[in-house]
Amino acid sequence: MKKFNLTIYFLLLLLFPVCSYGQIEGEVLKPQNGKFLLKGGTVVTVTNGIMENTSVLLEDGKIKAIGTGIDAGDATVIDCTDHYVYPGMIDSGTRLGLVEVGSLAETQDYAEIGNVTPNMQALTAINPNSVAIPVTRVSGVTTALSVPSGGLFPGTAALINLNGYTPDQMYTGFKGIPMNFPTSARRGRWDRRSDEEIEKDAREALKNINEIWERATTYMKLEDADASLTYYPEMEQLAKAVRGDLPLLIEVNKAEDILKALEWIKEKEVKKAVLTGVSEGFRVAEKIADAGIAVITGPVLALPSRSSDRYDAAYSNPGKMHKAGVKVAIRTSDTENVRNLPFNAGFAAAYGMGKEEALKAITIVPAEIFGVDDHLGSIEEGKSATVFVADGDPFETKTQIKHVFIDGYKIPMTSRHIRLYQEFLERNPGLEK
Amino acid sequence: MKKMRKLTYIICSLCLIATQHLGAQTPKGNVLIKNATVLTVTQGTLENTDVWVQDGIIKKVGQDLSASKDAETIDATGKFLMPGIIDAHSHLALDVVNEATAPITAEVAIADVINPFDVGIYRALAGGTTIAHGLHGSANAIGGQSITMKYRYGTRNPSDLIMKEAPRTIKFALGENPTRVHGQGKNIQPRTRMGVEAIIRNGFNEALQYEKKWEAYNQAKGQKNSKAVPPAYNLRLQTLADILNGEIIIHCHSYRADEIYMLINVCRDFGVDKLVFTHVNEGFKVAPELAKYTMGASVFSDWWAYKFEVYYSTAYNAAILTENGVITSINSDSDELIRHLYHEAAKTQRYGGLSDEQALALITINPAKQLGIDEYVGSIEEGKQGDLVIFDHHPLSVYAVPQMTFVDGIKQFDINEDKDDQRLKVSPTERVEPVYLQVEEESCMHGVELFTEGTVLHHSY
Repeated sequence: MKKFNLTIYFLLLLLFPVCSYGQIEGEVLKPQNGKFLLKGGTVVTVTNGIMENTSVLLEDGKIKAIGTGIDAGDATVIDCTDHYVYPGMIDSGTRLGLVEVGSLAETQDYAEIGNVTPNMQALTAINPNSVAIPVTRVSGVTTALSVPSGGLFPGTAALINLNGYTPDQMYTGFKGIPMNFPTSARRGRWDRRSDEEIEKDAREALKNINEIWERATTYMKLEDADASLTYYPEMEQLAKAVRGDLPLLIEVNKAEDILKALEWIKEKEVKKAVLTGVSEGFRVAEKIADAGIAVITGPVLALPSRSSDRYDAAYSNPGKMHKAGVKVAIRTSDTENVRNLPFNAGFAAAYGMGKEEALKAITIVPAEIFGVDDHLGSIEEGKSATVFVADGDPFETKTQIKHVFIDGYKIPMTSRHIRLYQEFLERNPGLEK
Repeated sequence: MKKMRKLTYIICSLCLIATQHLGAQTPKGNVLIKNATVLTVTQGTLENTDVWVQDGIIKKVGQDLSASKDAETIDATGKFLMPGIIDAHSHLALDVVNEATAPITAEVAIADVINPFDVGIYRALAGGTTIAHGLHGSANAIGGQSITMKYRYGTRNPSDLIMKEAPRTIKFALGENPTRVHGQGKNIQPRTRMGVEAIIRNGFNEALQYEKKWEAYNQAKGQKNSKAVPPAYNLRLQTLADILNGEIIIHCHSYRADEIYMLINVCRDFGVDKLVFTHVNEGFKVAPELAKYTMGASVFSDWWAYKFEVYYSTAYNAAILTENGVITSINSDSDELIRHLYHEAAKTQRYGGLSDEQALALITINPAKQLGIDEYVGSIEEGKQGDLVIFDHHPLSVYAVPQMTFVDGIKQFDINEDKDDQRLKVSPTERVEPVYLQVEEESCMHGVELFTEGTVLHHSY
């Protein structure tokens, strides 16, 4: 009798793989890698115009071919008639993976203690299983820069693709060193320092930064001369910025501070620098353009920094800077709502930037700023298969994102938000049990 | 001579009363908007239609209208006209928000702290929002009375911003905020969701006892040789009694499904049916109950994960509630979001596929119902107040830019004519204008920092 029971269980075990082709109730959808043909859609390449009735072949994690009449072979065919294929969107400033629940200190991993801590690596602290990640990627945002915050040099930021089970699987080739430039602005309405105190604090902070930069420069020279050095991780990391291996991501917002930052970059001969924040960039756009420094700005859906500002100052900021010749990328500065990146771009487009440039600001421009345009930011043969398919303009709220691919993996179009919708749209039991 | 003096005095006082009455009237405007695509919200979309507002009221909706001479004519060919947007949860233009000194403070009134100089009012108008529900904060289980405001920007008198026709409303709050402020902060009840229910039930019961005492006194005083002494007047208990008598609409800050369910039951026990939930991130889990027993839910479009009680939320909340028959609105609780509620409502088309009509209702007729003002505003119908917004694209498109906003027929915002600096009051002693890195938005937890030392609040809503 025992033997008979064992046989039944053994047979059932064998049957399971056969049954699991469709979705069984309770089954978990997983990312699928393989060969895919996105057939007959409108391909928005970003760098080579818009191609109608065109197919894109994804294989071995790359965009293998773009064109008409591509033979599918053994690829899974996805019919993209009346649909649009876009490169994955890139958010160049977030805390994705670095915090789970905003008000709970135990879940906050973006701000370490200490004023000079550039050696703190955001990448290793990123939680690849953060609930916000699936919520984000089903919107077509495939890539995000996760940035530490806090003191003068809060850490090292890292660019991640939103697929993978370890930070190394997610890492997609860029790190940068954020620097919070001393500011003469008020931190908020609760900042009750006098104007003199604020100026004094800003001067002290700048002096501080100059001393630190000096020390890092010395460290770099000693390192280059193969000197024997004691363990000094902060300077070792900052030396990379002095040398130009890693760019400085200088967070600065007030117009006067932006000008001071540009001066400082020139004076210290910083090899690679990017300005981030730049909410008052429109006031000094020509100067930024002349300096040839790229800008990451956002969120666009924000209040003006001054009470006297025109109400749409933040909406029109990216467009004004772009018109003056500045290279502009758009960020959300968010964590759980990075999915609003296309809407930030939409508002920038509506208030002066135009659709084409706004799309570039969240695809090829950040890819170029981060030096990853060899594999991200546009639909070109040889680039990473990091694309999405939508039934319309992804900036419009009416549009549905149908398929998302990251590094050649087809992402399951589900998240906790979607599962809750499926469970509760028609609750069972309903009102009466 | 004495008779003349008396007559003079009488005439003078009559004049004084008359002028005071005139001063209290809010200005009303006239305007004729021609040839727009009119999104009425309640009666479909009307193409190439004119809307005529006279003395602040929509006089006629139709084609080829002509108006009186004093009505400015605006050519809206190719443009969209919708009713002024109504935000059912805001703290804009309020000096303070939280009387956080006790778990029940029903006696205080937000109407006392309106700040008409807040340039945020203009910025909301530039986003098409014409009416906002100014709320007490969420520090207390039963907070103060809120006020429905019409954004008549430009006045120095706070009373001018009050929408006089609006019924009384009051703020309740459940969950983490009251338990953090009183339980964790001061070591008094409520510390848990159990305590929140107890506080509310206790408050209602005390109000009933208070009412009984007054009824007894009122009966007794009529008797001959009555020696009855009136009970001490208590505005807090009187306000709670007013709630029980259906004179005040409750708007309850809430997140978790179980606490929403709790208050529904408490209100049923006490016969209170004027109940609206606000934030209500987990409302979708009790949608059938909300549909049956309440006046609806006012939600965010997509905020979540900023506190633990909103970790299990979904952006599909508004769509699920709508499909289950709950009167649903989308609110801002933010000086920033209030400027693009048309975009927030449009998100329900991405998260849940709501139709244009359903999405627009979330920011017009539905919040009007929740505030008890749907007789006056919330749709474009003859007889309703002239609160209107002209857009260059359909308001549910991300590319829509509001062009003009009218309140009571008076143009409050014009994208082409308005100057950049819209401040009403500039400090004469301020030499350099402050620049704010983070423009603090009035939020539900403002003013309770004293009680929450040690906890880190990033988004405090």
